[in-house]
Amino acid sequence: MSKLVIRGLHASVLVKADNGDEVAKEILKGVDLEVESGKVYAIMGPNGSGKSTLAYTLAGHPKYVVTSGTAELDGKDLLQMTVDERAKSGLFLAMQYPIEVPGVSVTNFLRTAKTALDGKAPQVREFIKDLNSNMQSLKMDKKFANRSLNEGFSGGEKKRNEILQLKMLQPKIAILDETDSGLDVDALKIVSKGVNDARKTTDLGVLLITHYYRILDYITPDEVFVFADGKVVDKGDAGLAKRLEETGYDKYVDA
Amino acid sequence: MEQTAKKRSDDEILSEIDRSYKYGWQDDDSYGKGAKRGLDEQVVLEISRYKQEPQWMLDLRLRALEGFRTIKDPAWGVDYSALNFDQLKYYVRPTDKQVSNWEDLPDDILATYEKLGLPEAEKKRLVAGVAAQYESEVVYNSIRKDLEEQGVVFLDTDQGLKQHEALFREYFGKAIPFDDSKFAALNSAAWSGGSFVYIPKGVHVKIPLQAYFRINTQSLGQFERTLIIADEDSYVHYVEGCTAPIYSEDSLHSGVVEIIVKKGARVRYTTIQNWSNNVYNLVTQRALVEENGTMEWIDGNIGSVATMKYPSAILAGEGANAETLSITFAGPGQHQDTGAKMIHLAPNTKSSIVAKSVSREGGRCSYRGLVKIVEGAEGSVSNVLCDALLVDNNSRSDTYPYVDVKEDDVLMGHEATVTKITDDQLFYLMSRGLAENEAAAMIVRGFIEPIAKELPMEYALELNRLIELQMEGSVG
Repeated sequence: MSKLVIRGLHASVLVKADNGDEVAKEILKGVDLEVESGKVYAIMGPNGSGKSTLAYTLAGHPKYVVTSGTAELDGKDLLQMTVDERAKSGLFLAMQYPIEVPGVSVTNFLRTAKTALDGKAPQVREFIKDLNSNMQSLKMDKKFANRSLNEGFSGGEKKRNEILQLKMLQPKIAILDETDSGLDVDALKIVSKGVNDARKTTDLGVLLITHYYRILDYITPDEVFVFADGKVVDKGDAGLAKRLEETGYDKYVDA
Repeated sequence: MEQTAKKRSDDEILSEIDRSYKYGWQDDDSYGKGAKRGLDEQVVLEISRYKQEPQWMLDLRLRALEGFRTIKDPAWGVDYSALNFDQLKYYVRPTDKQVSNWEDLPDDILATYEKLGLPEAEKKRLVAGVAAQYESEVVYNSIRKDLEEQGVVFLDTDQGLKQHEALFREYFGKAIPFDDSKFAALNSAAWSGGSFVYIPKGVHVKIPLQAYFRINTQSLGQFERTLIIADEDSYVHYVEGCTAPIYSEDSLHSGVVEIIVKKGARVRYTTIQNWSNNVYNLVTQRALVEENGTMEWIDGNIGSVATMKYPSAILAGEGANAETLSITFAGPGQHQDTGAKMIHLAPNTKSSIVAKSVSREGGRCSYRGLVKIVEGAEGSVSNVLCDALLVDNNSRSDTYPYVDVKEDDVLMGHEATVTKITDDQLFYLMSRGLAENEAAAMIVRGFIEPIAKELPMEYALELNRLIELQMEGSVG
């Protein structure tokens, strides 16, 4: 049983001002959230409301600077940890734009990451068996394992590869940052099934960031949070997400 | 929470890198203690007399010595002004006789090679023949019996000259004349050791021949001279490795490698240069490729304080083909000026240069290349690809590509990229559990993968290990 607790989180991003100076612009303006094992939390909200910033701030991207507030995973202070220490504590971020690493195969990458997380190298036979079966269930071609990480991958392939990592690395809490964007309906089903499988096997807690309701047809949220102007402004059950699909976010955004 | 990614001080990082050079031990250098410093007629005469050379070789040496004195320093490349040519020892003979059993070597020299793992590699049959040069002389040389029976010659160059003088008269200095450059002249005057290889027509040597160069004496100049002749339709892969102790006084390695690739033959020459950071490495390597012959240079530069090396091919016969794959690393205080030269003299010749470099912590890598296609070399194709990776903001990469094409009917490609390890790349890999240095090492390994996969297995593994050690504390 794991628990991510976020209290009053404020964070800024460094941006270049017109005169060339770097200035901090506040994006997160006091976020309160709790994410527990076994449950799915959807975060919905308009463009620019800070949803992705929340994801990257929790994972520790150097571009974002926390100015106040706390984030603890199982009582440990996430914000004091390096990026890899957060991963080792059980946090995972499926990215919207995964980065290309030429010359490093998917297999090699996964094995290295697994070794880093577990502190010891996985048994080769077991590892390959796991990899093959996970790839099969995500309907990924076998050749995929030998391709360079994300290099030349289509948008859909990149997303599947993120979920493949989620399944192989077995974190406690996963943040999915717009994993559904750019996917056709078949790919969306496959990716959703991958997330649901991971939940079954490891009691994963999921923080699912999305613009659209449609992924929630496949991954049922326990709670839905509406995000606007850097904080949570409303919450409810799956019904709230459905209503937002019709009404949009207008009522949460200042005119 | 344990703090694994504690910031290191610069001193800690530097000392770690020094420790990462595992070949830096010093053996007793009694062999070199009494050796004369500086190069003059007397030294050249003594080398030649001791080797009982024919008069024409002594004459060539003396002309080359004059060349070394008169030919100007190159106006480009690395700065070697700190190197005092008058302080160097030009000839150090470590032992009186060459052996073909490791056990027959003096104990201290044997211990050196055991530390380097050479006898082991030969026992495991990873190599078909081994030459080991210590200071100025080849102290160990052996080749598998079956190859010898097929007529394959693998000798140190001094023995080669004694036993195959006619071949030397024809080919010595043919690809690289003594007055080619200041350093070709220096080598031609003071050369000692190196390998002589002859592969008869149609013979394929399937397992590599290995040469290992070790400098032990402080302030030594090592001038090995290698001549490889691959007769028609033959094949050989020759692998060369180099290390030296860490001393406060600089040493110089200035080898010359000449390769004759006859009609339809194929030669692959792999170098992994890992000199310690007090060795200047100024080397000339060139192949003369005849009709439908293929030359492949695989060139790895990791060590030395400064290197100038441009493995070259003269494509002299129709359909001749050459490729240089080069991978270069520069760390603190290092300047690696590397690249390739391809000279197309005949129709339908092909060349390819793939050069990758990694600069970190103030290191500087320069790519310097020449592609020359003369009039009449119609239908020729040349491709150049150079990629530089900068690990941090204070490292440097330069590209100096020269193109000289006098023929219209040719295809030329040139592509150059400079990339930097980005925060986003590091973040992505770290978010999967890799520590910062592991993430950077993974990016570097991926970057050089296209070349690393061409290396013999044990060298590829060694390269990986070196990258990991060197990336310790390199970022952040």
